[in-house]
Amino acid sequence: MSKIIKLILLRILLCCCVVSVTGCASINIEPWVKPYERQNLADPIMSNNRHPIANMHIAHVYEARESSRGAEGTGGGGCGCN
Amino acid sequence: MLRVLAGADVAVISIRSVLFSFVIALLVICITSEESQAAVLQPDRIDVLYHSYDGGGMKIDGPAILLRKKTSETFAVSAYYYVDSISSASVDVMSTASPYTEKRKEAQLGLEYLHEKTLMDISVRQSAESDYLAKSINLNISQDTFGDLTNLSLGLAYSDNEVKRNGDEFFNEQSQQYRLRAGISQILTRNLSMNLNFEAVADEGYLNNPYRSVRYIDNTQPSGVGYQSEVYPNTRNSFASKISASYYLPYRAALFVHYRYFSDSWQIDATDVEVSYRHPIADVFEIELKVRHYQQTQASFYSDLFAYQDAQNYLARDKELSEFDDLTVGVGFTYFVPQKYSFGDLRSEASLQWDYIKFDYKNFRDPTAGDVVGTEPLYGFSANVIRIFYSLYF
Repeated sequence: MSKIIKLILLRILLCCCVVSVTGCASINIEPWVKPYERQNLADPIMSNNRHPIANMHIAHVYEARESSRGAEGTGGGGCGCN
Repeated sequence: MLRVLAGADVAVISIRSVLFSFVIALLVICITSEESQAAVLQPDRIDVLYHSYDGGGMKIDGPAILLRKKTSETFAVSAYYYVDSISSASVDVMSTASPYTEKRKEAQLGLEYLHEKTLMDISVRQSAESDYLAKSINLNISQDTFGDLTNLSLGLAYSDNEVKRNGDEFFNEQSQQYRLRAGISQILTRNLSMNLNFEAVADEGYLNNPYRSVRYIDNTQPSGVGYQSEVYPNTRNSFASKISASYYLPYRAALFVHYRYFSDSWQIDATDVEVSYRHPIADVFEIELKVRHYQQTQASFYSDLFAYQDAQNYLARDKELSEFDDLTVGVGFTYFVPQKYSFGDLRSEASLQWDYIKFDYKNFRDPTAGDVVGTEPLYGFSANVIRIFYSLYF
């Protein structure tokens, strides 16, 4: 896949994000999962960041051993590993 | 060179695209969203961890501590301290240098501010080794919207790094790193939520490892091989996208999946996919199983063995820049400590996580194997990564 195609796909995706979020507000699409229906999603077992200190460690291990970096969703700001 | 520039341009344009789109989205949301129930800050907790990494001739272990405390309903502070005690006799160290030991200490301080549905946080961080000092600042903002079904986030980070070389008091180099990240989290059904994350990273300055060498064919040497220092470009731009999903299973268990695609101006393309499963046992235990696969292509200026000295402008033989893949299998146990046995009768958990990671390099050979130069077996190793930690909620 060429860089240009990836770039176009990225822009389309971002436009979709913007339109979906802002469009929902303007054309009155109601949130379809009500607050009282979210007990499963609110269960601690569903938390991606249930063990933040462990997530920070494994993210550091992968960033030190692999070239890939970013978009982990755990924040951060550089490996500090040399 | 043209390919490198093209990659850099894409990363820069991508940064602009992400920033532009999300700033517009956040502005429109702030204008159109209705006021409703405010969000809340995460609970107070302290985590104490011992970590260990053992593989490929490297042993790294040490403690870490993370503290998070609300000072009011709208402010929270956090502090993080982490130590790596490193003992390295890895394959590239053994082929051109001597084993070494060193310590890395990292400290982070953070402040969170919650205003209705907007969460802002700022943190400063310092990582110090005998030959490397990194200082960074990190800003994030996130906003719940659309009946709290959607969360948008945007983050910025800047890092200033000082690189030294032990044994050479005159060596002093600098590098800077800029990070821009954006994310959208969306509840899709009462059991399924998805996240999209994007992050652009731009580095400039001295990006080499000052100790590492490349090797080249040199028939004037008895061994047939010569060594010279690595030379990296002074810039690197990368872009990563990740899609992830969390699904609640009807018998109270959770399934997590993610896929990430990474690309950079050094022509490295990488993907990783991970599936994990979390399951409670008898209300006092929780087990977590994980499988992850990662693969990457090599940097455009990487070679395991160059044809001659100064074969090209940029030279690298860092195995992390070569083509390779790795596979992780992991298991974790969490024990929910009964309150009567817990510290101060507070809720607490004790956890053990073990990851086994196997690395297979496709064009990095093991020079310590002793064969004819360029025909040594391809290198590979496995690592055991262990985390033992205790979490106390107060």
